[in-house]
Amino acid sequence: MSIYDLIFYLFATLTIVSALMVVSSDNIVRSAFYLLATFFGVSGIYVLLGADFVAVTQIMVYIGGILILLLFGVMLTSNITNVEIKKGTAKILPAVIGIGILLGAVVSVMTRTKWKIHLTEIPQTTSFELGKLLITDYVLVFELLGILLLIALIGAASMARREQE
Amino acid sequence: MVEVGLTHFLVVSAFLFAFGLYAIITRKNAILVLMGVELVLNAANINFVAFSRYSNYGLNGQLMALFVIVLAAAEAAIALAIVLNIYKTFGHVNVDEIDNLKE
Amino acid sequence: MSESSLISLAVTILLLPLVGFFIVLLFGKRFEHLYKLEVGIISVALLLSIYAGFVKLTSYVNDTIIAQFTWIDLGNVPTIGHLTVNLGIMIDNVTIIMLFVVTLISALVHYFSIAYMKGDIRFSRYFAYLGIFTFSMLGIVIADNLLMIYIFWELVGLSSYLLIGFWYEKKSASDAGMKAFLTNRIGDIGMFIGILILFTNYHTFSFTEIFNHISNGVVPFGSNGWLTAAGILVFMGAIGKSAQMPLHVWLPDAMEGPTPVSALIHAATMVAAGVYLVARIFAMLTADAMLVIAVVGAVTSIFAASIALTQNDIKKVLAYSTVSQLGYMVMALGVGAYTFAFFHLVTHAFFKGLLFLGSGSVIHSMHHEQDMRNMGGLKRKMPITYITFLIATLAISGIPFTSGFLSKDGLLAGTWAFGNLTGHYLIPIIGFTVALMTAFYMFRLVIMTFHGEPRNQHKYDHAHESPKLMTIPLIILASLSIFIFYTPNPVAPADGWFYNWVKAPQTVVPEEARFEFMKSESHEIEGTVNNDSHGGSGSGSATITHSEMYEHAMHAVHYPAMILSIILAGLGILFAFLMYHWKKIDADKLAEKLKPLYNLSYNKWYVDEIYSFLFIERLLDFSRFISWFDATIVDGIVNYSATFTRGVANITGWFDTYIVDGLVNFTAFVSGFVGLSFRKMQTGKVQTYIVYVVFSVIIILLVLRPF
Repeated sequence: MSIYDLIFYLFATLTIVSALMVVSSDNIVRSAFYLLATFFGVSGIYVLLGADFVAVTQIMVYIGGILILLLFGVMLTSNITNVEIKKGTAKILPAVIGIGILLGAVVSVMTRTKWKIHLTEIPQTTSFELGKLLITDYVLVFELLGILLLIALIGAASMARREQE
Repeated sequence: MVEVGLTHFLVVSAFLFAFGLYAIITRKNAILVLMGVELVLNAANINFVAFSRYSNYGLNGQLMALFVIVLAAAEAAIALAIVLNIYKTFGHVNVDEIDNLKE
Repeated sequence: MSESSLISLAVTILLLPLVGFFIVLLFGKRFEHLYKLEVGIISVALLLSIYAGFVKLTSYVNDTIIAQFTWIDLGNVPTIGHLTVNLGIMIDNVTIIMLFVVTLISALVHYFSIAYMKGDIRFSRYFAYLGIFTFSMLGIVIADNLLMIYIFWELVGLSSYLLIGFWYEKKSASDAGMKAFLTNRIGDIGMFIGILILFTNYHTFSFTEIFNHISNGVVPFGSNGWLTAAGILVFMGAIGKSAQMPLHVWLPDAMEGPTPVSALIHAATMVAAGVYLVARIFAMLTADAMLVIAVVGAVTSIFAASIALTQNDIKKVLAYSTVSQLGYMVMALGVGAYTFAFFHLVTHAFFKGLLFLGSGSVIHSMHHEQDMRNMGGLKRKMPITYITFLIATLAISGIPFTSGFLSKDGLLAGTWAFGNLTGHYLIPIIGFTVALMTAFYMFRLVIMTFHGEPRNQHKYDHAHESPKLMTIPLIILASLSIFIFYTPNPVAPADGWFYNWVKAPQTVVPEEARFEFMKSESHEIEGTVNNDSHGGSGSGSATITHSEMYEHAMHAVHYPAMILSIILAGLGILFAFLMYHWKKIDADKLAEKLKPLYNLSYNKWYVDEIYSFLFIERLLDFSRFISWFDATIVDGIVNYSATFTRGVANITGWFDTYIVDGLVNFTAFVSGFVGLSFRKMQTGKVQTYIVYVVFSVIIILLVLRPF
């Protein structure tokens, strides 16, 4: 077992366990913080896969942006001292069974498939290559995403603003 | 134990996907549902990056992951705005009680 | 004064009453005295027409002035070429005299009506109607083509309808108006067909152009028969409007209208329009057509005179007298006495207008009493009315020194000459008989009304002479019934101006369709003057043209006819005095003796009853038959088909209810069932839908089994 494997298992465990905690925790704020751990683990996995830029972006956007947004949402919509989470035990069991079947199916597909592995060289740094791709092959997508973000920004601000009586 | 390869990453992503889906289906709070969505997106991202690493398609997979992250950011912003509106309208964010579509 | 200004003068005279009509009709209700405008307008028209007549008869006495304009340009019509419909104005001596007669009588009637109609609720409207009537009548007079005559002909019919039914609150009046209109319509249809025959062949309505075509030998459809037919058909219009047999029935009923209206329309002017029309188409009448016209006129005159003998309503007597006199004129035209027919038209217009206005004066003073049996002795109460009325009666009876004598004498001479020339002696015999009857019934009327002792003392006591506004028109008309206005020699109308101004137009019909005496070649006919031109072929002064030959024939019988007519008139007057004044002959006993004849006359030969039986009853029978047909056959078919349809409908209805509806309901039931089950799935919750997605994916995975 190499050090690489060790690190992978570490991050994989972190990711999966914290993700489990996210969905099973009773406290919504706690869920949010477990989600932070999950995102962190995922970014570690990115690093292991040689995607340093994606890992950094993951940390910056997800943890720095989206998670903060979610926390704001939590704070704006619920009273933290009175966090009420409804539990429907009748619904959880069939959900667990269904999700279990789905998980089993997906995992069996993943493991049984004979993937054509073609291990590429890990570049020293990916940001240069990614930047080149962005303004050559994916320039249209890049621009469209820019516009999409702008629209989302304006739309979100417009939707969330206080109603004028 | 076998050496860590593509399959390991895919299995991790499958777990993340399953948990995300579970959150989406069972949780009543809209914010938690959103968190489930984020988990599902992360699972997809792991797949993208893993396939990018273990196939000869260069960095296209990583780029897709970046795009997904951007989309997730936009989605989170819009979704949060919607949630705020729901809260303003109904006074709560319990998605199982928001069934106006039925009528 | 130039010809064109004469034309404009005529148009002005024509349009003045129309202007009056519109103004009075539109504003008459608001301004009570607006009728004075209409009266003034008609006075101006009268003065203008006198002036126009003066100009025409001094400067253009032998000219016929025609002005035309294109009314409708039809462009190039296939097989005909360029076709236009022209309207125009023709002014000859006949026109100018008629203009004067119409405007004069119209003006006098206007003055008379001011007093007569005083207090009527539709006073100003009455004058508006008089205006439209005068306009239409003048239109007929100055028209140079058949189309324009036809248009104004109908307008005259309309105004006549309006005026007969003026007191439309009275059922009999509105019925009479309707009857007049419908009866005229029968004649007008014939007239219209005649006009169309001419137009189809000549593509023009103008008299002069039609006559030119005929004189060039072009006859309708290449047959003289068609020419005869065209003449008789156009004459049918005159039958209707001039109340000739068999369409005379409307005129006596038309007496329901106000009496001045009867004087203007149903005695002097409108009914003369028919005669005027025949005079206009005189040149194109064939021998057959003329004979028909003469016979119709003769029959009408004696027929109407025989009815007039026994009537007791003063206006009815005058009405039948009018019909009789119109028959005279038509007869005169038929026998070729063109000049005297027209002469009689003019003199008759004056003295019959006078008679009607006089009767109006009597009726007015007797408070709308029209039955002569309730009158009597009125000459002491109404001297002016009596004297003027007497003059008119003398004129219509044909007593010397009156206008009627001149025209009637010439007219009778014309018929006699015709009898001599053609052998149709029945026509002069009828003519002279009618002269006797006319004198009798007219004096019967005068004696019963004005002489003797009053039969109804109460009404007599209230009688009074009419106001000046009514007596002055009477005096004017009475003076116009004296010979001196027409000729200096009271026994020789040929010496008068009339004879020089109005000459019979040269006939244009083909030789073979003329009367023998109208042939342009000379023919020696027994009983007429001898001449020495044998077989001259229409050239040279030796040839006698038709009119000359006729003139000679008339001249030969002039004095015998005159003496005979005086004797007959005297006899008629004598009888009248014997029976009604001196009571030497008991009228009632005579009536008793001649009971069938008396009844026939008294009941107007049962013409109305015959028409009622022949046409109206038959029409009703036909209608009843149609109604029966409708009720049994048509309705039967309809009902049967309805029953059938109902049967079919029942079957299809059953099919519909049980089969189709069953299917539909079944479908609906299935849909409803499925929908009901699926509705449970539609919770409206987002998460439920995601569950479905998850299950679907699981199912797909299990089915595909990629692992």
